[in-house]
Amino acid sequence: MTDFEPRIVAFCCRHCAYAAADLAGSSRLTYPPALRIVELPCTGRIDVLTVMRSFEEGADGVLVAGCLAGKCHYQQGNTHAAQRVERVQTLLADVGLESERIRMVNISAAMGAQFAALATEMAADVEALGPNPLSPTKPLAKLEDAS
Amino acid sequence: MIVAQQKPVSDLKKMLDGHHKVLAVGCGTCVTVCFAGGAREVGVLATSLRMAGKLDGTPLEVDETSVQRQCEVEFLEPLAERMADYDAILSLGCGIGVQSLAERFPDKRVLPALNTSFLGRPTEQGVWEERCQACGNCILDLTGGICPVSRCAKQLMNGPCGGSQDGLCEIDETTPCAWQLIWERVDRQGGLDRLMEVQPPRDWSASRDGGPRRITRDDLRLPHDNDDASE
Repeated sequence: MTDFEPRIVAFCCRHCAYAAADLAGSSRLTYPPALRIVELPCTGRIDVLTVMRSFEEGADGVLVAGCLAGKCHYQQGNTHAAQRVERVQTLLADVGLESERIRMVNISAAMGAQFAALATEMAADVEALGPNPLSPTKPLAKLEDAS
Repeated sequence: MIVAQQKPVSDLKKMLDGHHKVLAVGCGTCVTVCFAGGAREVGVLATSLRMAGKLDGTPLEVDETSVQRQCEVEFLEPLAERMADYDAILSLGCGIGVQSLAERFPDKRVLPALNTSFLGRPTEQGVWEERCQACGNCILDLTGGICPVSRCAKQLMNGPCGGSQDGLCEIDETTPCAWQLIWERVDRQGGLDRLMEVQPPRDWSASRDGGPRRITRDDLRLPHDNDDASE
């Protein structure tokens, strides 16, 4: 497991998590380089298809980071995002991937330290799960044999 | 609208066993607005099937497309030139869409990705309820616009029955008694005298009991080659 560096797509709301990541950086806090941050106007922008395609393309994990409960700039975007994350978890279980590879967190723009801690925790959890077997850079042995 | 829901991925995997390249076809009408078989659902399902196939060592190519209306053959014509590329079609249309594809492409296996559930409407976002059974002889004028054929578990024409308790049906504590609703609605409209009239046993021959149904409109039909030109 030592040579496995998880690739986690982090869909971050610009009003909170993205700014928190920025704060973590400017505060010189460290967290694993596993996260690939995608800035969104609101986590309500994510849909099930986008997230499923992330896993199909080989993401080892997906983090959806939105505003604190009741603090969404668009009223309910973070609530909708949480519903979609639950739907993706169900779909992942159906197709045979661990549903723990995706999670939703709620933080504010002032929570830089918490962002770094959440990112560290997520990276450790995904590292424990191992690589996404769908990753094109780590093909399944069975598929190699079949070709 | 026709309301449907997707079959579980595990069921579809079994159905697709032995196939290697399939075309998933969505429909842009009823099943799009009930979030079961529109273009986006085609994307999610195709992605899920590709992922499941790779994970269990039976890779499956699933291409995606969607037509505006699967139930009308004109909308299926653009698919014809692509058919040779696939060994099966996975329809995300209702049962009518599946059968339209199967009639248009009789040499191809057409498989249903959805369970067509009922004729209904959304009662809130994410919730759909049955409202019509296409019985062929509408009586909504007598029942305050509330259908006892689709909403009464016993399809009573003179209700409610003894199973109506506190406005709910005995089958399920979340199902309102249709006849309670009918009485309240008709009372509100000042027409309870109409409900006191006993409805005779119903003739179900216009419904499924009369066999498969067909409607013919001569004023709309196009002339056929064998029609008599003098008519």
